[in-house]
Parts: sequence; C-alpha cells; structure tokens
Amino acid sequence: MSLDARLVVRRGQFTVDVALGVGAGEVLGVLGPNGAGKTSVLRALAGLEPLTDGHVTLDGEDLTRLPPEDRGVGVVFQDYLLFPHLSALDNVAYGLRAGGLRRAAARRDAARWLEQVGLTDHAGHRPRQLSGGQAQRVALARALAARPRLLLLDEPLAALDAGTRLVLRSDLRRHLTSYGGPTVLVTHDAVEAMVLTDHLVVLEGGRIVQSGRPAEVARRPRTDYVARLLGLNLYRGTARGTVVTLADGRLTLAEPASGPVHVALRPSAVALHRTRPEHSSPRNVWAGRVAGVEAVGDRVRVAVGGRPDVLADVTPDAVAELDLAAGAEIWVSVKATELTVYPV
Amino acid sequence: MRRRSAAPWPLAVPALIAIAFLLLPLVGLVARAPWRTLPSLLSDPTVGQALRLSLVTATLATAVSLLVGVPLAWVLARVRFPGRSVLRALVTLPLVLPPVVGGVALFLALGRRGLVGQYLDRWFGLTIPFTPAAVVLAETFVAMPFLVVAVEGALRAADPRFEEASATLGASRWTTFRRVTLPMIGPSVLAGAVLCWARALGEFGATITFAGNFPGRTQTMPIAVYLALETDPDAAIALSLVLLAVSLLILVSLRDRVLRAGTGGRAGPPWRRA
Repeated sequence: MSLDARLVVRRGQFTVDVALGVGAGEVLGVLGPNGAGKTSVLRALAGLEPLTDGHVTLDGEDLTRLPPEDRGVGVVFQDYLLFPHLSALDNVAYGLRAGGLRRAAARRDAARWLEQVGLTDHAGHRPRQLSGGQAQRVALARALAARPRLLLLDEPLAALDAGTRLVLRSDLRRHLTSYGGPTVLVTHDAVEAMVLTDHLVVLEGGRIVQSGRPAEVARRPRTDYVARLLGLNLYRGTARGTVVTLADGRLTLAEPASGPVHVALRPSAVALHRTRPEHSSPRNVWAGRVAGVEAVGDRVRVAVGGRPDVLADVTPDAVAELDLAAGAEIWVSVKATELTVYPV
Repeated sequence: MRRRSAAPWPLAVPALIAIAFLLLPLVGLVARAPWRTLPSLLSDPTVGQALRLSLVTATLATAVSLLVGVPLAWVLARVRFPGRSVLRALVTLPLVLPPVVGGVALFLALGRRGLVGQYLDRWFGLTIPFTPAAVVLAETFVAMPFLVVAVEGALRAADPRFEEASATLGASRWTTFRRVTLPMIGPSVLAGAVLCWARALGEFGATITFAGNFPGRTQTMPIAVYLALETDPDAAIALSLVLLAVSLLILVSLRDRVLRAGTGGRAGPPWRRA
C-alpha cells in the first residue's frame, strides 16, 4: 500500500501546493508552523477539503473524487472528536458498524482494540469521563479499528501534558509500526517529528521547503523555523575558502567551501567566557552581550547578542560562575569543527 | 460577602407591572372557577370529545412536524444552495403570519376548489376541509416553524467536525445523521417538539377557518372554550382550567431538561480547546 498525492488547495490569498509520497509501513511527518497549511493537507487527503487541483492516489486507485466515507482514510483529530453521546467502546465500534458489522461483532472487535490500547476498564465510559491521554488512545483505536488504508494524525499529542505525552509517544510509535499502512503525521513538535516519523517534509507558507530523513533535517535545517524548533543556530552566508561572510559577522570553517551556504551550530558546542580566551584552539571568537537566560531541561540556554547572534547551552554552574545576567558582557568561542556547512 | 444588588426603580416598577399583567388573568381564572359544579361541567361528553380531539390532533401535528420539519431544518442548516435564506424566511413565515390568514391560505390551496385540493377531490375523492385531517394540517402549518427554528439553531450551533469524523469512519451521510447528528441535537429536538405541541394544542384561528367547528370532528378545546363563553361562561372557565393544567404540566415536567437545552448551551469534554 502506498500513497501518492499532489494537493493544491486555494483559499483566498493562501495556496497550499504540495506533493507527497508515502510507502506502506512508512510514517511521513509534516512539520510546520501554525498557518503553514498542515491541517489543509490532512483534510484534503481525507476528502474533507476539496482540491483546487491535483490528485490523491492510494495503491494506484484514484481517490480524488471520492467523498470521505468512501476513501478508507482514518483520521485521529487533534482534539479527538470522540462522539460525546457514545461510550468509549461504541466510539471504537462506530467505524466497524458503519463498515457493515453487526452490533455484537463490532463490539467484540472494538473491545479487542480497547485492550490493545490498555483501556478495557474504561469501555463503558463516556468521553467526558476520560482523561486527555485516555481520550487520545480511544481516538487512535477508533481510527485503527475501521482498518483504514491510510492513517492521518493531526498533532496527536499536542493537547496532552508533558508527562502523558512522553508515555503516549512510545505507545504511538508501537501502534504505527504494527499498523503497516502508510501514515501521515502532522506536528509542530520537534521530538514528535524525530521519534515518530521515517521521513519529514517541512511545510511553510503552503509549500514544502525541506524534505528528508528526520536526522538529516535535524542536522541540516534549511529554514529559521526548523532551526528554532530544534534549538539550533542557523546562519546563511557566502563562503570563500574557509571563511563564511554573514550578513552580520563572519565564521571560520575547518574545511574550505564556496558559494551561498547554510551553517548550523548546536548550542551545546558554544563556549562562553568572561574574558577573551587567549590560548585556546577555537578559530571563532567574538564579543557579545547576554540578551536572555532560560532553563531548558537540566541545561541553561543563553541568548547572546553579537556579530553574529548565538544561542549557547551551558550548565547551571557555569551561569553562576560567569555571572550570566541579562546585559552582561561575554566572550563567545566556537571550534571550527563544530560548524556544519551545506549549500543553500 | 455577597451584596445583593437591588434593582433600580425604573427597572423594578415596570418589571412588577409585567409580572402582575401576566399572572393576574391566571389568578382570575382560578379565583372565578366554578369549583363546585366543575365535575359535572367536565363530565359533559362534548368536553371529553374536544379534549380528546385536541390531544390527538396536536400529537399528530407534532409527529408530522418531526417527520418533515427535522429534515427541513437539516437542509436549511447543512446544504448550501441559492435562495436558502429566502426559503428560510418563507418557511418560518407562519411564525408571524396571523393564523386566520394561514387558515384562508390552506383553504385556497387544499379546499375543494383549491390549487391542489381540486385534484385531490377529482382524482381521489378526497375532501380535506372540515375534517379532523384539516385540524391536523392547520395545526401543523402554524406549529411546525417552531420546531424547524429550534432544530436548525441547534444544528448550526453543533460542531460540524463531529460529522466529518463520522464520515472518515466510513459512515454515509444518512448514518451520520442518525447516529451522530440527531443524538447530539436530541435535547433541542425535544424542546422544539414540546413548543410545537403546545402551539398546536392552542391553535384557534387557522383551525376554525380551515376545519370549522363540528363537535366531535373538528371542535378542539380552544374553539370549544370560545363558543362556550357565549352560551355557558362557567363551562368556558372549566375548559380553560383544563388547558391551563395541561400547559402547566408540560412546563413543569420539562422545565429543566428541555427548555434550557433549547437555548443551545454547548458543553464539551474538559480537554477540548475552543
């Protein structure tokens, strides 16, 4: 089973125009900021949004003109949309009954799906009696129980608190693996994109601006949005030899390059000093001023204004030692070997 | 400490007048009721006939309204077509139309010489005016818009994405309507049906115009009340009391469950983000 689609959806001034291909058992991530057209892509695939142009082909069958109920496309909505008047069991059984199963058979099958997601004890509960995490799992079971030929997930974990998200993320990975059909997952969460997907497209302003394996996208982001999402420093400039001239400052590389390039830099590879480092090997040293300090996990992210601006991750100890309050004068050093350079 | 704010007098005084105006006639009805002779007045067979006819025709009118009015509300709320707002205005016209005009209009459409009635008469030998069927039609004409308006409002307020979710699970539009839409707007349908039934029960103008006043066949309670007022005022009061009692019974039994739902509160599960 595989999906091949070109989707053109025009709404007023805004146009979404993307081409997607997803193989069987593959999870395609669609990453992008709010308003990039991610949800339009999902709705168009599900048949809920008419195409201005393009096609949706699943296993060689053209679905373009089919209404949603005849497509066999399962959707897990961001806010789940569980039917409030039906129990968890009947929500899961809904698609099975619509598919022609009798009530008893549909319920038996639905009970197995609830067991799969660990909610047997909640079969009789109405959606309003379920926690967010439980509702998410019922929504997943409901979509999978209808045996869809294509599975769509719209920010499936976005409405959950951090702790629940962590648990459900690994569960979701497991379910997606055993599903076996093509999956399209929309997200604006970097970790979700890295953990859950096999291939990633980055959507901005209705167009795909980057495409690749998650690790590749993470290592070599092409837009500020992705870099910010991943917490990376991203610079654009022109390379000549081992020097890249940026709009604001310059960087020295370990290997020569030429032409317009991106330079990516992990914040953890950036060192900060109170005074200008004299006898160290880094080839890139510049002065700056602390613009902001923020805790990120067990590290502290320091935004430094300078030529160029840079984000640095340091330990809480270092913050105290360097007296890193906003406005403090600081020196930045980066080893040339820590810079990832790739053509624009 | 919660301070109970007193109403300023420009609001309090008119409000009191309104309360008095609405309640005083009912007090009068109860105070002047011939309680002693009430049993004998109500045991008159024409009273039983009129009451039975009223209950049966109002119920039938409500059934007809549900059968065609709910689908109409769905079409008005969910299907886009040119002239939809004009159609909506036209089908709710009976809400503001004087009922007598409705009766005349029904007569011109379904009477023996009417637009459609002449063919019913010629081809099927069917004559509608001055029959119990005419009572049901007159009541339906006047009362159905109440149901349509209530149900259409509920449909517009309901989140259409639940219907989309149903479609992605393979359900046809008809299945979606039966298993998702209807249960979700159920309280509003019930509220609309109650309003519709109450309106049908009280129908007078269209009924007497189109169905006439034949005891046992087309003489409903309101018509019986009106006629009794000229010949036997005590009987009119007794009949009015019965209608008042029925109305109060409906209002009390459905107060919490239905009338509030009719105002269209939209509850959602706690994790739902607006």
